[in-house]
Amino acid sequence: MLTFTIRRLLFAIPTLLFIALVIFLLLELAPGDPMANVPLTVPPEIKEQMRQALGLGEPVHIRFWKWIVQFFWVEPLNVFDYLFDTNFADGRLRIISWQNRAPVFITIAERIPQTLWVVGTAYLVAIAIAIPVGIYSAYRQYSAFDQVGTFVTMIGFSVPPFFSGVLVIIIFAVQLRWFPSIYDTRLVVDSWESFGMQVRQMFLPVMVLALQITSQLSRFMRASMLDNLNQDYVRTARAKGLREKTVVLVHVLRNSMIPVVTVIALGVPAIFGGAIITEQVFKVNGIGQLLITAIQANDLPMVQTLTFIFAVLIVLFNLIADVLYGILDPRIRYD
Amino acid sequence: MPDGDTRNVLEVRGLRTVFETRRGEVHAVNSVSFEVKPGELLGVVGESGSGKSVTMMSLVGLLPSPPAEVREGKVLLDGEDLLQVTPARLRDIRGSDVGFIFQDPMTSLNPVFTVGFQIMEPVRRHMGLNKKQARARAIELLELVGIPGAAGRLSDYPHQFSGGMRQRVMIAIALACDPKVLIADEPTTALDVTIQAQILEIIEDLRSKLGMAIVWITHDLGVIAGIADRVAVMYGGQIVEHAEVFPLFNDPRHPYTRALLKTIPTVSGKRAAKLQVIEGQPPMLGAAPTACAFRDRCPLAFERCHAENPQRETVGPGHDVACFHPLAHTAKEGAA
Repeated sequence: MLTFTIRRLLFAIPTLLFIALVIFLLLELAPGDPMANVPLTVPPEIKEQMRQALGLGEPVHIRFWKWIVQFFWVEPLNVFDYLFDTNFADGRLRIISWQNRAPVFITIAERIPQTLWVVGTAYLVAIAIAIPVGIYSAYRQYSAFDQVGTFVTMIGFSVPPFFSGVLVIIIFAVQLRWFPSIYDTRLVVDSWESFGMQVRQMFLPVMVLALQITSQLSRFMRASMLDNLNQDYVRTARAKGLREKTVVLVHVLRNSMIPVVTVIALGVPAIFGGAIITEQVFKVNGIGQLLITAIQANDLPMVQTLTFIFAVLIVLFNLIADVLYGILDPRIRYD
Repeated sequence: MPDGDTRNVLEVRGLRTVFETRRGEVHAVNSVSFEVKPGELLGVVGESGSGKSVTMMSLVGLLPSPPAEVREGKVLLDGEDLLQVTPARLRDIRGSDVGFIFQDPMTSLNPVFTVGFQIMEPVRRHMGLNKKQARARAIELLELVGIPGAAGRLSDYPHQFSGGMRQRVMIAIALACDPKVLIADEPTTALDVTIQAQILEIIEDLRSKLGMAIVWITHDLGVIAGIADRVAVMYGGQIVEHAEVFPLFNDPRHPYTRALLKTIPTVSGKRAAKLQVIEGQPPMLGAAPTACAFRDRCPLAFERCHAENPQRETVGPGHDVACFHPLAHTAKEGAA
């Protein structure tokens, strides 16, 4: 297993370099001008100087190489400096956002907590609901519970967050005034009261996202349980005189969780990716919103860096899913 | 062979099991009665869909309900009616007093748990042993069924065993708590012939060692001839003929039994004869039978067979047949 993991990590390096190149070239091909927002009164030669100052005068391969060096060497050095109070990174140019001229990673670090709080909580809530619901729906297939579950799931599947988000804002924020409709990033959680505020402002976006994720996961869990409930080994377990609880929650669940855990692991990068639409609807200034505004402003270093981070996370969690698969299913051996 | 006067360890009377499907009811088991004495091996034969497995699973509530429903009957295990006891009591009986072996050893073991865990489960559940004692018992059981290096194999997973070895593990699980009755549902069908012979030998050996009653379901008449004391032939969810093994093979009285015996291919002689078949399909009964289930495939059927369901009647010592004109010893056709 360890050899497998190391080999996969080594294979990930060329994969990621290739992904970085593809992202870079795609952004290069994309239309749009970073100077487009500069007022028309600025003379063209000044604009040209500004473009040169951003490094846009250099050929493509030089700019790609510089970004690679900044991402893999300068930024880690900065992290090291920050952690151990050294100054190895002094004088080296970091990846700078074209929008606000601040290092990209500092902006990302500012945005990550909101996204992790809202989207991460939604993911955990979804898992906590979906797994028991999926188990019970499968065990009592076609029961009233299962039928209601199927109906709610279909709604969760088919109603997009930009609709359900606005709907819950109108009902719970505008009409009933139970929850705020806007996420306030400045809120500092330092007391029970402010914690309550935080929970309240998170509630609506978390519920909207959780509905969607729960729908997908519970269907998946149900299908996986159904696959296993009719297996011969379940009959064997019953013939041994085991309690129904043991049969379902030990024998069947352990087998059913194998594909579900993989799906959960593969879904984790999406948490960091944020929920672009939900974050927009509830004004959560997380990663998703950052990406959208960066795209609109032609902030290529920001878009390139964010997209590449997502790629790294996806590759990483694919590896984690594979390793988990090997741990959960004894039939799979990577050595 | 056990003494004639020993009491029955398992006695089934008038068992009736119905499946309620969307397209109506299916009467899978219709008034089945049989009994087994300690140490005795009862063979149950019949083609696929004749209700053999469903009958045995009905005994201890192993059929999913719904759709299955046991409508009538008595299942007396040492005098206790298993159809009347609570589900909890039934669970206590399953795996301890009644052991089960299933057909396909490749799928009957849980792939994600070790063999040791799966053997220890019933032992710990029913005998209340602690982990260490259960482990010792598991090793003992694996040695009993002839798995070499038993102690070392406890931590192996089912996929690390061959088919025959897995069936031995299944037998070890079934025997874990010294059952009074072992129900073997086509235990050798999925195995190749040499492994089949080994498994048969193990079962025979264990039967004499442990003295439990065995109900052996199969459609392989050759296997039954070799190991059974008595044989029950099932057709359309009913026992149509029941006799000791020698009379049954020597003097089959029911047209179905006779036809079934003819289907055994012979390889001796100058040239093997053409395979015999029984024309037609076994019936799916939508209602409790009011006529003989075999009438449509029976060469001897007459009006009464279409109007009335024959009941089992004694035709010799320990030999009974459900037919209006049981075939005589040599005659092709008996009197109605």
